[in-house]
Amino acid sequence: MSSGLYSTRQSNLGTTLDLKKLKPYGDTMNDGKVQVSFTLPVADSERAVEAARQLALKMGLVEPNVATHIALDKNFSFFVVYGSLKHSVDYDEIQVESVDVNVMTMEETDDFIRENFGRKLRVLGASTGTDAHTVGIDAIMNMKGYAGHFGLERYRMIEALNMGSQVSNEEFIRKAVEFDADVLLVSQTVTQKNVHIQNLTELVELLEAEGLRNRFLLIIGGPRISHELAKELGADAGFGPGKYANDVASYFCEELLARQQH
Amino acid sequence: MANLNLDWVKVEKAREAARIISDDTQLYLDQFTTTTVERAICRLYGIDGVDETDVPLPNVVVDHLQQHNILGHGAAFWLGQAALATGKTPQELAEAVAKGELDLTQVEPQDPFEVQLWADKHAQPALERIARNRAHRDTKLEEFGDKQGPLLYVIVATGNIYEDIVQAKAAASQGADVIAVIRTTGQSLLDYVPYGATTEGFGGTMATQENFRLMRAALNESGEELKRHIRLCNYCSGLCMPEIAVMGALEGLDVMLNDALYGILFRDINMQRTLIDQGFSRMINSAAGIIINTGEDNYLTTADAFEEAHTVLASQLINEQFALKAGMPEEQMGLGHAFEMDPKLENSFLYELAQAQMARQIFPKAPLKYMPPTKFKTGNIFFGHVQDALFNMVTVTSHQRIHLLGMLTEAIHTPFLSDRALSIENARYIARAMKDFGDDIEFREGGIMETRANKVLDEALDLLQGIQREGLFRTIEEGKFGGVKRPFDGGKGLSGVVQKEDHYMNPFIPYLLAAGKNAQEVSNE
Repeated sequence: MSSGLYSTRQSNLGTTLDLKKLKPYGDTMNDGKVQVSFTLPVADSERAVEAARQLALKMGLVEPNVATHIALDKNFSFFVVYGSLKHSVDYDEIQVESVDVNVMTMEETDDFIRENFGRKLRVLGASTGTDAHTVGIDAIMNMKGYAGHFGLERYRMIEALNMGSQVSNEEFIRKAVEFDADVLLVSQTVTQKNVHIQNLTELVELLEAEGLRNRFLLIIGGPRISHELAKELGADAGFGPGKYANDVASYFCEELLARQQH
Repeated sequence: MANLNLDWVKVEKAREAARIISDDTQLYLDQFTTTTVERAICRLYGIDGVDETDVPLPNVVVDHLQQHNILGHGAAFWLGQAALATGKTPQELAEAVAKGELDLTQVEPQDPFEVQLWADKHAQPALERIARNRAHRDTKLEEFGDKQGPLLYVIVATGNIYEDIVQAKAAASQGADVIAVIRTTGQSLLDYVPYGATTEGFGGTMATQENFRLMRAALNESGEELKRHIRLCNYCSGLCMPEIAVMGALEGLDVMLNDALYGILFRDINMQRTLIDQGFSRMINSAAGIIINTGEDNYLTTADAFEEAHTVLASQLINEQFALKAGMPEEQMGLGHAFEMDPKLENSFLYELAQAQMARQIFPKAPLKYMPPTKFKTGNIFFGHVQDALFNMVTVTSHQRIHLLGMLTEAIHTPFLSDRALSIENARYIARAMKDFGDDIEFREGGIMETRANKVLDEALDLLQGIQREGLFRTIEEGKFGGVKRPFDGGKGLSGVVQKEDHYMNPFIPYLLAAGKNAQEVSNE
């Protein structure tokens, strides 16, 4: 451990939190400590370690410490590097688009729909395009739900239909019309080379071409979906990891009501 | 080995119910063939390549026969008749059909006995090649010695076969024993097999015969360097199940995903189609000495792993019976199951171990395929690595054979080279540290684990007896597996199911059944 892990020589860190200069936190305010790991397509050697160190410097890591280096194959080596990030961001200046709703429980949601709509809301979901994974759409829609949050099928005031995986955009839209959906949920779980962007763009274009875009509230979800990305692609909202059925339901209830009132 | 005290009378009853279910189903299915079964036969006769518009020649021939409404006689019959009439090889016949120069219905009729002789004779080259591949595998396993304990199974999925090879060779040198090339999403729904080497795919790489060949050659090279036979796995599923079985058998693959129900439930393929296709594909896999992997693990990603554990056992028993019907020995039945309980569930480790151990005891000779946690992987890679460690402990303790390694980055991306290396390191550490643990412990009589296993067994027996009463088709229609409902006449591929004519001909079946049986007897001596 030569990199100053146990060094008593402290650089001049301000020890108070300064949101104008926000940095990662290791064990001391403003120490900027981060960990990165990566593979280099060269043999594990002292030269490779130095290459990893220099890359870390270029990333903005001060005093990088290559904590481990492992040969993965003849010409591949793996590194775990620690260092202090010299960059900071101004937290006060940061604006994000996020879905900002009062999250209700399942029971509250059912009451909300009963009071404000007086009918069941109709929700159609699918994992569209070539994506064969239903884990995301199942977590939101299936009766059982996920991590203790029941899925939409369990809601008394929601008529939920989960079409499963590998549903083409055309098929999805056809069903949406037939089912007379209020809300469309599209899940994209496994994507490669950004095929999910292409697929979602196509869905929005098809909806627009058929003059149906405003008929449905379009919500997309998946591990690589953010609300910002969703808006960019022309959807109404996006939900990423850690969001459950009641987050999604709370959003569409409020939004549908707002639209109804306009 | 520590054993759970299971109610063996119930195990026997459950197995008997599964046997009756598969008998009843098979009786119905035997009336039909399918387009992909016939295309598989074309491939076995050496028909390969594509026409001007990239349509594979097996599709050209079978589409031609289907358009004339004569596929029910079997492609072998029409090829044999045309070959005798014209003196052409099957490949030349297919090329002539593709060019519109030949109509297989218009050739001069031949003596049916002569056609049968032709069909038998020309079946031999493919059968011999399959036997040679099998012998080669056996020789290598003998030369290098086969690994004891769990086989470490990892996937590659770059979309580009050449990049896959780099990743696969790296994984082999890190200690992987089985390399599976994940297929591009959507291939299971293609009603043809693409041709040639491919470099574009989403979430995986096209299964083509050329890709199989390239990867096999690369892993043979690794095997010689590492002095280990590296097993190659692909996906014998979807609408082209038997054709992919043929390709795998011809190119010397070792393991194939091949489930009787998976395509029905998770790809919405018509149930008659899939059940017919799996029958012939299993005969091919059986003769080729290929271990099949069944897909019960998937039930637990859509349904709850604790509540629905019995559906896994019921399906394993059904898969076992269908495999036996295809002549497959137990040693090639990689029945599937998975470690998918919610990490928040108290004592989940005990339940997982109980179920894994139960499967081990009920299928003592089967090279069980055990799948890692995926459903409750969140992107927290550090916790994910711990989840995989618990899974690895169950695998080693309960002596699973095909150990599909979990990835700490599951739910984020298809594995990086380093993800795979970390995963192999994790598994090897646990396999070493806990090597004889399973043999050194006992399960407490009446304890949590024994109680759990017997409860799952009880429920599986109930389910199987219910299926026996209602039939397999109705059970699937009602959504008893994986919580997925599929109609008898629904789903994809039904138009490819064709009623057999009286003298329908598939000359490969007796040879394939005999090949599997002979190889089995030799290895038992």
